[in-house]
Amino acid sequence: MTTRPPKETRDPVARKKARHLSPGKRSRAMHAMSARAAQGRFVLQVCEDCGEATYPPRDACPVCWGELDWEDQPNGATVLCETSVRVSTNLYFRDHLPWRMGKVALDAGPVALVHLHRSLGPDDRAVVRAMLDRGGNAALFALPSPGDIDMTDPQLREFVVPITGKTVLVSDARSAIGLEVVKAMHAAGAALVVAGMAPPDRRLGAGEEVLSLEGVQQMPLDITDQTSLSEALSKVGGPLDIVINTARYVRAGGVSSGGNLVDQRHAFDVSAMGLSRLAQATGPMLAGRSHGAFVDLISSDALIGSANHAGFAAAEAARLALLQSFRHEMRGGGVRVMSVFTGPVDDEHHQKVPPPKVAPRRIASAIVDALTQGREQTCVGDVAQDAMARWLDDPALYAREKNL
Amino acid sequence: MSRPQAPYDGVAVCAPVTAPYVRFSNESAHWWAGAALRQLREDAGLAPADIDGFCFASFTAGPDTAVGMAQHLGLTPRWLDHLPTGGASGVMALRRAARAVQCGDAELVVCLAADTNAIDSFRHGLANFSRFSQDAVYPYGFGGPNATFALITDAYMRAYDVTREDFGKLCVAQRANAGSNPLALQRKPLTMDAYMGARPIADPVHLFDCVMPCAGAEAFIVTTPEIAASRGLPAANVLATIERHNAFPDDPVQLRGGWEMDIDSFWQASGITPADVDCLQVYDDYPVIVAMQIEDLGFCPKGAVADFIRTTSFTIDGDLPLNTNGGQLSAGQAGAAGGFQNMTEGLRQILRQPLGEQVRDAQIALVSGFGLVNYDRGVCTGAAALRAQR
Repeated sequence: MTTRPPKETRDPVARKKARHLSPGKRSRAMHAMSARAAQGRFVLQVCEDCGEATYPPRDACPVCWGELDWEDQPNGATVLCETSVRVSTNLYFRDHLPWRMGKVALDAGPVALVHLHRSLGPDDRAVVRAMLDRGGNAALFALPSPGDIDMTDPQLREFVVPITGKTVLVSDARSAIGLEVVKAMHAAGAALVVAGMAPPDRRLGAGEEVLSLEGVQQMPLDITDQTSLSEALSKVGGPLDIVINTARYVRAGGVSSGGNLVDQRHAFDVSAMGLSRLAQATGPMLAGRSHGAFVDLISSDALIGSANHAGFAAAEAARLALLQSFRHEMRGGGVRVMSVFTGPVDDEHHQKVPPPKVAPRRIASAIVDALTQGREQTCVGDVAQDAMARWLDDPALYAREKNL
Repeated sequence: MSRPQAPYDGVAVCAPVTAPYVRFSNESAHWWAGAALRQLREDAGLAPADIDGFCFASFTAGPDTAVGMAQHLGLTPRWLDHLPTGGASGVMALRRAARAVQCGDAELVVCLAADTNAIDSFRHGLANFSRFSQDAVYPYGFGGPNATFALITDAYMRAYDVTREDFGKLCVAQRANAGSNPLALQRKPLTMDAYMGARPIADPVHLFDCVMPCAGAEAFIVTTPEIAASRGLPAANVLATIERHNAFPDDPVQLRGGWEMDIDSFWQASGITPADVDCLQVYDDYPVIVAMQIEDLGFCPKGAVADFIRTTSFTIDGDLPLNTNGGQLSAGQAGAAGGFQNMTEGLRQILRQPLGEQVRDAQIALVSGFGLVNYDRGVCTGAAALRAQR
């Protein structure tokens, strides 16, 4: 008797459901807000001169005409009024009517139109999150206070990636990270986790237990080999919803000093070309799904290079560049492409690196969190968070400091 | 205290015309503008050379503006204005044209609004309306103005204890008024039961709270009393006008409009009181805005509109004849011309040239405009009091 959630199936005769996107046109200022929302931040523009917060995004302060800056803001709010939109000329919303929306007074000052969680009504207190909608743009979603959020709200599900009942591919499940990711996806209720097993074939050791769980399917998969990839995907029975690319090739070394060209080339083959192969093969599969997502685990060294892991950092930088393009391509299909950045991991590849290091289990839970919160960009652990903050603040300075 | 408004001496408003509306049209806004001018040619004997001032409003004339329209229609004006203010454009056109004529910048100004409505116009029009709408309204369900006004209506009903039946009474009365207007698109009597039982569009807005978009054009002439007389055109005086944009930006929800800021000086300048008004022609994209204007224009105290509606009759033979052509809710909303039909209807009633039934002894019309939901509220408001020259 199985205890796993049922796997979604597809009627092979039924006409495929066309997927639409929410309206996508935005001002440049709104794109700046979206870029921050992608990081899970709730920001508003604040005037440099008078300190007034403003919304919707503007290009000058409406109180004193001062310049505006983006700042993190308190996300509490009170619901003012509500409606259920029952008629829309937009194809995306027509698929999801009725659509609840409302207006809130933000604790930060301005009022805003919001997507309204079904449990909220006028005068209720709410928490407003800036989430990315199906078009990939920031939208404000008013939710009840954390803890009592009913995640089955069908509107909220449009902004996140549900895992329960889904089929998940983990590109490299043999590594410490990959094993934890398989375990976490299984625990989160995935109907099937396809665990990519990179060659050469060898004893599973500690992974034996996880990889033998019901609902986990081991699959020979080498993302440096096109044939292996095609074969593996052809053996995934039914639709594929989520791809998690955990493959990486971490080796220390510089460029002119201590650089191993064979290692460097292999790092590129896994990180960069591997991403391209995986994206090409799985992108079309994900595009047909209601909640398709591609999660890429990426080193924070990708941001600016690393003197100690030059080849690896370069390969990861190439991977990041490819991922940006892939994200753009997938936006039209409503597929979320998410990046999870990490610093050194507490695994066999970072034995000589001093702490802080991120436990593989923590990476796995960060991936689950990114999916269930619908967050496009996540930095897991102190090193990655520090790297991202410094890179966003002053990339030139960070490049010098990182590679002194 | 601002300076008192100078009187509109030496100004005559005349020749209201309406190009009969149709639900859908494949013709352009230019064609509809031409149709209104043809009507002026018939009614006022006007030729292109007679027009030395031109004020134009439209949403669908793009890429042309008043400039392109002047050349398209063969005009050589010495005074030109383009109003992008939709529902407030009729009052605003009157104000601008009146001062131009009064000061001698022009002698005969044609104020004209024209819009077409193809099968797909509504959707296209919505998609590119304003930057704030793109960024912060459409992504939230794409309900268009229905959703925006649903939020206002929801808040307004709860703030002032107004019921759907109250709005229903306004809609039913306007439909009754449309009954005698042969140009109204919806003339079939509306019962309160039908109003209450209509399907929801965006709660609490239901079907008969919404206007029907259509194609059409409206125009009128602002000139000197001498020219109006020489052409044999009955004319009206302008008693007072107001205009206000982006009023009360700190109100979290729009429960009042810009009229409230200036209404005292308006009545003072006009020399009349609300009790002197023979017909009230207000912008009526949704009944909540009608109710708001009844309050903000001073026909009843703020918050007392429910009682006022319940104790007042709004039909042509009633205590306060309201939107006597049926308003946009029954006659149809021809884009920016929707912001002109209150003006042309008000003029028609006091000039005794009604499309349908005449309001008995009508001398004074109050015309009120409301336009442009840039984000979460109508930004532009205006009002004008007109008295027939007799």
